[in-house]
Amino acid sequence: MSATLSLTLRIWRQELPGAPGRFETHQLEQVSADLSLLEALDWLNERLIAAGERPVTFEHDCREGICGSCGFLVNGQAHGPQAATSVCQLYLRRFRDGEVLVLEPWRARAFPLLQDLSVDRSALDRVLAAGGYCSVNTGQAPEANAQLVGREQAASAFDTATCIGCGACVASCRNASASLFVAAKLAHLGQLPQGQPERQSRALAMTERMAAEGFGSCSSQLECEAVCPKQISADWISWMHRERRR
Amino acid sequence: MNAYVGAGGGTRHDSRLPAGPLGGAWQRYRQDLPLISAANKRQLRVLVVGSGLAGASAAASLAEQGYLVSLITYHDSPRRAHSVAAQGGINAAKNYANDGDSVTRLFRDTVKGGDFRAREAGCFRLAELSTAIIDQCVAQGVPFAREYGGTLANRSFGGALVSRTFYARGQTGQQLLYGAVQALLRQVEAGRIVLLPRRDLVELVLVDGVARGVVCRHLVSGELETYTANAVVLASGGYSNVYYLSTNAVKSNVSALWRAYRKGADFANPCFTQIHPTCIPSGDAYQSKLTLMSESLRNDGRMWLPARPADGREPEAIPEDERDYFLERQYPTYGNMVPRDVASRRAREQCLAGHGVGPGGRSVYLDLGDAIARDGKAAIEARYGNLLEMYERITGKDPLVTPLRIYPAPHYTMGGLWVDYQLMSTVPGLFVLGEANFSEHGANRLGASALMQGLADGYFIAPATITAWLAGQPQPEVGPDHPACRQARAEAGARIAALLVPRGGSRPPRPVDSWHRQLGHLMIEACGISRHGPRLEQAITEVEDLRQAFAEEGGVADLGACRDPSSPGAGRGISTELEKALRLQDYFGLADLMLRDALAREESCGAHFRQEHQTAAGEARRDDARFGHIAAWQWRGGGAPQRHVEPLPFSEITPSQRDYR
Repeated sequence: MSATLSLTLRIWRQELPGAPGRFETHQLEQVSADLSLLEALDWLNERLIAAGERPVTFEHDCREGICGSCGFLVNGQAHGPQAATSVCQLYLRRFRDGEVLVLEPWRARAFPLLQDLSVDRSALDRVLAAGGYCSVNTGQAPEANAQLVGREQAASAFDTATCIGCGACVASCRNASASLFVAAKLAHLGQLPQGQPERQSRALAMTERMAAEGFGSCSSQLECEAVCPKQISADWISWMHRERRR
Repeated sequence: MNAYVGAGGGTRHDSRLPAGPLGGAWQRYRQDLPLISAANKRQLRVLVVGSGLAGASAAASLAEQGYLVSLITYHDSPRRAHSVAAQGGINAAKNYANDGDSVTRLFRDTVKGGDFRAREAGCFRLAELSTAIIDQCVAQGVPFAREYGGTLANRSFGGALVSRTFYARGQTGQQLLYGAVQALLRQVEAGRIVLLPRRDLVELVLVDGVARGVVCRHLVSGELETYTANAVVLASGGYSNVYYLSTNAVKSNVSALWRAYRKGADFANPCFTQIHPTCIPSGDAYQSKLTLMSESLRNDGRMWLPARPADGREPEAIPEDERDYFLERQYPTYGNMVPRDVASRRAREQCLAGHGVGPGGRSVYLDLGDAIARDGKAAIEARYGNLLEMYERITGKDPLVTPLRIYPAPHYTMGGLWVDYQLMSTVPGLFVLGEANFSEHGANRLGASALMQGLADGYFIAPATITAWLAGQPQPEVGPDHPACRQARAEAGARIAALLVPRGGSRPPRPVDSWHRQLGHLMIEACGISRHGPRLEQAITEVEDLRQAFAEEGGVADLGACRDPSSPGAGRGISTELEKALRLQDYFGLADLMLRDALAREESCGAHFRQEHQTAAGEARRDDARFGHIAAWQWRGGGAPQRHVEPLPFSEITPSQRDYR
């Protein structure tokens, strides 16, 4: 028998983008501490549905921290209090019995709200489309081992390539900047030989698109690094600024 | 001609397999496929459903050739498709390890791993294309693991004796997907791909029997939309969520395949579903998914259970001589590296015999202790870092200190829509790629082969064969107002309207998940790791009863404000319950078909284990004389589906009993 606990959830409810929103309070009584926070919302939603009410809308899919779909603020922190963890991997055993959790959507001009805890993050894809790739068509590739990549260099590129595009960095930045997201992609490709031909044009195109999509500039507060579920270092943002001036 | 012979004896469909020796067959075949000029390609539209490895790579490659591509996905971004969660790696016959690997060996392993229920020609082509996939991904900047000298690193994987698996820590699928999605976004920027995110396919549009479009429900507006094209590609993934709990993403679904099946695309080998041996076991009733622990852990982890049944001691308290390393004991050659189906079945057996550990005795230990003693903690952490963290986050236990507890979980579906060698289904103009088709994995998929197949289909095969199809096909103009589109929209609208229960009725309908959970319980128990004729028959009735109960009592509360009853877009606005209800309806149909397929296949092969068909040693007993074939099921309206068979002749490799002992 696993431990149980009770929690109070204060959840942002807003039916439509233009409509007024409000916090709604729900009690979770004696739920298993082995549930994830999203499973606790499932639990709540089943009760709302059974009562004929509209369930809480939130983004989710893989529920193992890799697809990047989920994300909202828990007590003001993007993805909640646990480091290196997306909200789907946040388990109730992290909380104390009787605790109050305030759940709010990402708030950023570039992320228009859709409903409740769900926002539109398609701006991130448009930033990536501006240059976040190596321009190589299918069939053009040389033999894979023709270019050697040092083990450390490959590992460092991998560390930046693990960004899951959840948008927590934006949501936690007072300027709603996507700098960490953009820097991560620039650093992934910029550290590999494959990414060299377009290295500077990529940096210019992606940073310009970031601004055009309504993301702010870096607030230098490093909150993005603190909330990143993949622990991508904010040092890459300084690196990105140098890239633009190469 | 390789005929796909109908039950009545007539030829139903040509598999269009290549002639001559298998080696180089695909290259020779390609040389004879018709081409289309670059100028004409720009006039042709291709609709791709799904943005995983197969869908994203196909969309990007088709757009690079000049086609106008539209890509539909239920996600908000193509990067979220469930390929992203594949952990372990991707196979390729590069022989970088100099351990005797070759195209022929990868081909043989694939056919043998699939227990001789896949086409030789398809498997050979897959092995041949495997090396070009790695080249392509590296050129895109996929950060594969490297050796100190800068060359690509390899590791071994279940079911193979060579090291041919390329990997990017435990996030290989993520990195391959990002490579493909970035190629796709490059074409979006170039204006050759239109992204259509947040849409569920609810109907396929056929014009004169040819696939020409789809009807989607926009998941935010709730509107029904119609998109038309010259060819339609389904790359919508597998259907393990028929079991409710699986390693799949929560929203992964069978609906695109099921809608196509009901329009004439035969469904092949639906009962071939893979139960992955190494997953985090289930616990609470509200648990929403089962998380996979990559089987690469079996390289260094040893599976064991207490030798004494119902041994209540903590693992650390059980001395070495009272532990049963059951896979090493039963399979001295392969040990912990036996294929997935074998490992799953043995684990379940041991648990049923009372040796299981954890809640309800439903798990086994996977112990990294010896590997840590041999290589050190740091080396193990470097190899499996993110997996071990994930395990600790979910269970609260540190696998470097105490053995992992694991149990088999539904993971991958080898079955899918039947396709010919050109990846076209029995509906002309409808191509099916990746996990969504039945193709090369036979009755059991080898580890690190799904990523390979999805990308082979998307980067290399479909772009050639779709061109061949379009080159030979008259293309009458079809727009969204075509009568066939209107009819499909009306059908979809009626189906949605029928699911909506007016507000203020006697009482709101039960949550859709509660029905799905019931279906899942039934399916995992009757049609999971182990199957038995009488139970399958009974389950067919139970699924039908459940389906009827849902039709009568189930549905979705119509929350009023957003609905215009006169519009075919009934069910406006965001309604996750409606999304679930539409998917569940399709799972009911699929569950019935899986049970029928499992019942009809009176043999044990690969992941399909019939208790009536086993050797004295408890191994699967195949029956090549009666079942050396692909079973393809044809939808026949309300009546029982028709089973057709495509025989599987073997020329290069002689079917043998798999023996991993």
